[in-house]
Amino acid sequence: MGMAAESQFHVLAVDDSLFDRKLIERLLQKSSCQVTTVDSGSKALEFLGLRQGIDSNDPNALSTAPVNHQVVEVNLIITDYCMPGMTGYDLLKKVKESSAFRDIPVVIMSSENVPARISRCLEEGAEEFFLKPVRLADLNKLKPHMMKTKLKNQKLEEIEKTSNVENGVPTAVVEPEIKDSTKVEIEILPLQQDLLLVQQEEQTSSTNNKRKSVEEGISTDRARPRFDGIATAV
Amino acid sequence: MLGLGVDRLQADINRLLASLFHQGVLDEQFLQLQQLQDETSPNFVYDVINIYFDESEKLLRNLRLLLMDREFSDYKKIGLHLNQLVGSSSSIGARRVRNVCVAFRSASELSNRPGCLRGLEVVEHEYHYLKNMMHELFQLEQQRILAAGVRYPM
Repeated sequence: MGMAAESQFHVLAVDDSLFDRKLIERLLQKSSCQVTTVDSGSKALEFLGLRQGIDSNDPNALSTAPVNHQVVEVNLIITDYCMPGMTGYDLLKKVKESSAFRDIPVVIMSSENVPARISRCLEEGAEEFFLKPVRLADLNKLKPHMMKTKLKNQKLEEIEKTSNVENGVPTAVVEPEIKDSTKVEIEILPLQQDLLLVQQEEQTSSTNNKRKSVEEGISTDRARPRFDGIATAV
Repeated sequence: MLGLGVDRLQADINRLLASLFHQGVLDEQFLQLQQLQDETSPNFVYDVINIYFDESEKLLRNLRLLLMDREFSDYKKIGLHLNQLVGSSSSIGARRVRNVCVAFRSASELSNRPGCLRGLEVVEHEYHYLKNMMHELFQLEQQRILAAGVRYPM
């Protein structure tokens, strides 16, 4: 209900061509995403907060990097492969090497169909590889990937909030783990509504979904005996 | 009475588009582009095609400069320019331009200078034909918008 406006996905689009930036921006807007476009890999890293030459494991870098949630979060990076200077592949590597940002899904676009290039990118951790021209249908594949990071960031936010509770009474605590997917609580906070909505989406989405949370949900269910009535006859 | 003007213009637009599709000048990707235009972005097609024109003309100018140079040997650079042209032409549905760029690129991959010069001429020709057609389309659209606006005079 009220979640729609606030939980719009934010995508960082990287392409050195103005034409391609205009196109991908419109495609993403048409898919109800917020978009930031930059014209190079290094600008993308700057936007994320990773500066060149600074070791991503350096504690100083992390403290200055905007990992906290007051900064606009990025739910997905979509980048062109062929760019002067830092290629899309280089950018992908840098993002995946960064402890702060490696969970952001990265999608590579290219106008050339080079199988070796595609597999290299996927092996390095790209979620998808799109051949240009990119279409609206392609972007629909991205929603599950973006939902993953959005959800994770929301969980982290709530954990932070509850750990700041000082009276010691865990009243308005939001359960960070999605345990029983069939439970529908009436008196729930907005966050749990989001989690449940995702759970329902997860169950109806395609089986190609790689997310572990669904599997965890299933295994937890199996581990917990739900039916007391099952008695083993001796 | 004024409504007739709109209908006639719309018919002209449809006829022009049908012809361009039939000639293979445009393909289905052009329709994808039109689908991206809506009330929140009413000039999208016009804007993005104008960016395409600007960028393409720069690339074509560079290609001509490179090939006109007697000491030219940088076929790789030609290839890079053509990759961009192929990509952007595909993205707006400019099928014929895209195809002749691919042919030109093949000549550059063989370091075939006369083939490249011919290729460039063909690309320039197709490009200008497309540009003229797009201008005609935009003019018809403009006229149709104006005609539709006059339907309900204040």
